[in-house]
Amino acid sequence: MLSFIARRLAVAIPTLLILVVLSFVLMYAAPGGPFNSERPLPPAVLANIEAKYGLDQPFWKQIANYVVGVVTQFDFGPSFQYKDRSVNDIIAQGFPVTLTYGAWSFVVAAVVGISLGAAAAIKQNSWLDYMAVGFTIGAQVLPNFVMAPILVLIFTLWLGWLPGGGWNGGQWENLILPVIALSTSYMASIARITRSSMLEVLNTNFIRTAQAKGLSPSRVIFRHALKPAMLPVLSYLGPTFVFMITGSVVIDIFFSTGGIGRFFVDSAFNRDYSVIMGITILVGSMTILFNLLVDVLYAWIDPKIRY
Amino acid sequence: MALLEIEDLKVTFKTADGDVNAVNGVSFGVDAGETLAIVGESGSGKSQTAFATMGILAQNGRATGRAMFDGRDLLTMKQGDLNKIRSRDIAMIFQDPMTSLNPYLRISDQMAEVLQVHKGMSKRNAVREAAIMLDAVKIPDAKNRITMYPHEFSGGMRQRIMIAMSLLCQPKLLIADEPTTALDVTVQAQIMDVLSDLRRDLGTAVILITHDLGVVAGFCDRTLVMYGGQVMEEAETGALFKTPTHPYTKGLLRAVPRLDRDDAALQTIAGEPPDMSRLPVGCPFSPRCDVVMDHCPTVRPPLETEGNRRRACHLSADEVTS
Repeated sequence: MLSFIARRLAVAIPTLLILVVLSFVLMYAAPGGPFNSERPLPPAVLANIEAKYGLDQPFWKQIANYVVGVVTQFDFGPSFQYKDRSVNDIIAQGFPVTLTYGAWSFVVAAVVGISLGAAAAIKQNSWLDYMAVGFTIGAQVLPNFVMAPILVLIFTLWLGWLPGGGWNGGQWENLILPVIALSTSYMASIARITRSSMLEVLNTNFIRTAQAKGLSPSRVIFRHALKPAMLPVLSYLGPTFVFMITGSVVIDIFFSTGGIGRFFVDSAFNRDYSVIMGITILVGSMTILFNLLVDVLYAWIDPKIRY
Repeated sequence: MALLEIEDLKVTFKTADGDVNAVNGVSFGVDAGETLAIVGESGSGKSQTAFATMGILAQNGRATGRAMFDGRDLLTMKQGDLNKIRSRDIAMIFQDPMTSLNPYLRISDQMAEVLQVHKGMSKRNAVREAAIMLDAVKIPDAKNRITMYPHEFSGGMRQRIMIAMSLLCQPKLLIADEPTTALDVTVQAQIMDVLSDLRRDLGTAVILITHDLGVVAGFCDRTLVMYGGQVMEEAETGALFKTPTHPYTKGLLRAVPRLDRDDAALQTIAGEPPDMSRLPVGCPFSPRCDVVMDHCPTVRPPLETEGNRRRACHLSADEVTS
């Protein structure tokens, strides 16, 4: 197992390198640059600025410099748009915010989604099941950019219970609406996957054996059915967690939370090369890391999987 | 008094295409220590009879009638009370050993929990007891292999594990639902030997559900023949094999492959297994019976006791045998 993890981490390095090169090429190929604006700069000024940021150098040299800087000094460079701020500063400021509401959203989505899905499967064709199925369909077709303004309308403007935005250092009042808006559709997907997976497991022969052994229903569920039913859910949870903690532009815009989701999208529009690269590498590393974690959990749950 | 007395058991499944009547009024009894075979082809309702008795029918299934065990009706019992009987008094092993054990739990955990739940044993003692039982079903190196997972055992070994697990509480009755069907022939014989030895040692009554008449002959005191969810004939095994008095039993016995003769064209019963959602009102076997009479499809022959034998046929025993 340890050698498997070591091997996977070793493979992650070339994977990230490919990611860096591809993103770099795409950025380079996109028209425009960070210093194009409606009022063109005088050519001499532009040349000066480009020289300062190293944009006058050939493509291969830019990419090499970038990779060397990242690897040797963990330096993702200065932002091209926000003067006097490095990419590290921006991520250090935005990522904790995103991580906080993302992790809470994940916990809410996973706990409620799994419980709801499992309960619906256990009580198949009951009113609880119908309600759960109805909720999952409703929540999945309601995008969060529709949900967010509705939440603000109800809880801020009508009821006046919760602030309609801002971060305020992550106070719980400021967390509730973003967490609901971000978690609901994921929660619905998790509930749906859990339900169908649980139904499948409950119809297997080994569950029938467990019942014939005279085990209580809760023991049958928690000891015999839950683990196998979790396998398909787990493979969904890995990438979902990465999506959630690496930011949602919709949440950042509607609730002015100041997470990196907003920076990511803005940087793409502004051609803020170093910020795009920094956040891309962050998301890429997270994806690799959590896919690895899911694989490790798989092996832990299913004894037939050995690496 | 019989250990288990099934009376007028009916099992119905609600499906999108209407109700399917898998078992249609089956009655029989098993005495303590006795071995009863239930034979019949696929779809004759023999497995569903067992599932109904254990209360493990599929969700859309419903059982009516009575299944009296120790003076209590298993069919109307509360789930909690039934759980105290399952495995402790009535245990069951299944047709497919490859899928009947939980692939995600160690054998030790799966076996030990039976003793933990029913006997309140500690995990450590329960595992020790389980290892002794594995030894009894001739799993080599049971003490060490008990911590392995199901996929590390062959099909035959897994069925031995199922048998060991089912007998942990020394139940009064073991229901074995086609325990050898999924296994190859040499392994079948080993499994039946193991079952036979343990049965004798523990004095457990056994209901053996099978379509393999060869297995029945060496193992069971009495044999019950089912077709279309109904009892066709029941008798002491030797007598039934020697003089079958029901056209279906005769057909079944004729269809056993013979290796001791050269003219070995395989005999079959003409026609197809019954459609359980559209059974004839009368005798379910009438569409395939070679001595069928005019009123057979419309009038159900009653199950009548004649000496040590029960049979459901409009023809008399003599008329069938002659």
